[in-house]
Amino acid sequence: MMGLATLLITSVARATEVFVLSANPSHIRALAASCAACHGTFGNAVVPNGGGNGVDKAKLLAGIDKTDFLTKMLAFKSGEREATVMHRHARGLNTQEIEGLATYFSAQIPRQPSALPSQVLNKNHAN
Amino acid sequence: MQINRRDFVKLTGAGLGLGLANASWSAFARATKPPIGRVVIIGGGYAGATAAKYLRLWSLGAIEVIMVEANQQFVSCPLSNLVLGGSKSINDLTFGYDALKANHGIQWVHDTVTAVDPDAKKITMLRGSLTYDRLIVAPGVDFIYDDLPQLASAEAQQQIPHAWKAGWQTVNLRKQLEAMPDGGVFVMNVPKAPYRCPPGPYERVCQVASYLKAHKPRSKIIMLDANAEIISKKGLFTKAWANLYPGIVDYRPDSAVTSVDVATKTVTTDFDKVSADVLNIIPPQRAGKIAQIANLTEKDYPWCEVNFLTYESKLVQNVHVLGDSVAAGLPKSAHMATNQAKVCANAIVQLMAGLAPDSAPVFANTCYSFVTDKSAMHVANVYRYDEAKKIMISAEGGGVSLAPSDKEGEYAASWAQNIWTDVLT
Repeated sequence: MMGLATLLITSVARATEVFVLSANPSHIRALAASCAACHGTFGNAVVPNGGGNGVDKAKLLAGIDKTDFLTKMLAFKSGEREATVMHRHARGLNTQEIEGLATYFSAQIPRQPSALPSQVLNKNHAN
Repeated sequence: MQINRRDFVKLTGAGLGLGLANASWSAFARATKPPIGRVVIIGGGYAGATAAKYLRLWSLGAIEVIMVEANQQFVSCPLSNLVLGGSKSINDLTFGYDALKANHGIQWVHDTVTAVDPDAKKITMLRGSLTYDRLIVAPGVDFIYDDLPQLASAEAQQQIPHAWKAGWQTVNLRKQLEAMPDGGVFVMNVPKAPYRCPPGPYERVCQVASYLKAHKPRSKIIMLDANAEIISKKGLFTKAWANLYPGIVDYRPDSAVTSVDVATKTVTTDFDKVSADVLNIIPPQRAGKIAQIANLTEKDYPWCEVNFLTYESKLVQNVHVLGDSVAAGLPKSAHMATNQAKVCANAIVQLMAGLAPDSAPVFANTCYSFVTDKSAMHVANVYRYDEAKKIMISAEGGGVSLAPSDKEGEYAASWAQNIWTDVLT
């Protein structure tokens, strides 16, 4: 069992993307990648405690229910739903883009990336 | 089932791969050598490292990627002001490249580039040379010492660090603040815009003020701004200084530093002469050195003009420029650097597959600034390509926080974890 678990973790440790058919796949793919600074590569955010609290859970977009994503983003866009930051982004996107992102993120495979471990700074580092 | 390069092209172009995970395609693509092209990347910061990763991912391993980086480690500028405040150590912001290299099969050369020959499509390094089909130049910023020649030497910077490229200078500045007596004066400047990280200097004032308030409450901060006003999150920073650090921050606009006396830590501006106990001078900036060497800038303008669909230089063919070196009405931020890298990687994958790049790129930028060790505020915008102007312009709906909060501090910490993991794994 131990061996199987290790194998599974290894196989998902590397980022994988599910290619999503759309009118303009490379456009939506690059837009979706822009979300990674907060939401992780392909919608797989690094979240403390496995996304135990609501705020962290909301960062996980990979495998999200498409309708759930659409409803929330459109509500952020209209102002019907309050947000800390997301209303800024929702308002800047058009409905077609939000739909494209909903399809894209709902198709991605959820995994649980761990935070990148930090290191001791080398003596010879420039600057 | 045999997958060849033509299939890769079809997959990319027509989206035939619905529902198929990239990993399996990538394995096939790797097995079908030779690669469809070679991209050499100069600089493994936020922009260069991101481009390397996404070129490999989105080409399904069909593009060979070689990174040339002079440093062995990545040190994050975002959050490095917290080292000055004392809530972070430089070691919290330092990372290796091993995961990035291994996960994506990126070839890595630890060297410094000395010349670029665009006709031969070749770069020369201290210890060898490399040819490329496309070159990505992502060198960050270079400091201009023409008007402040006293600060050009490593010895002078030991006394008066810029601490504007996170690393040992950041550690040095923190140590100087720790050694400063209570009642001392910390003086720092803001160079003329554009410079790396527009809100960064003002965040730095908050971080130093936070440390002084707690440990050396009789001390003062004088900020000499070469610009006419605070150029990012103005209202929020003004309020933060007044509410959180009353009596500590003395902000002086239109105060470009004209000379510095290193021995006495005295700064001269057109109107003032100010003496400091701890002095932090951030020199004016231009595109990174290799961008100058490769003739990617014009004589009278020190930033690189690019095509915003591909980030290809307007001056040199098959050479792309990313990150802080790019001339743009866009903030020189880490998130922006990664966005540019992704648009560029996407375009190169399309081009090498014989397809047109995305004609309407859209991306988001979120930038947080910490006003205390815990509390942060954002500026966030969506940017979209304007076909008439041929530049990226900010879409409606962007803006800043109403007020800093601890909740946004948590968001900011999470932003850092996620962008590091996205860029470096």
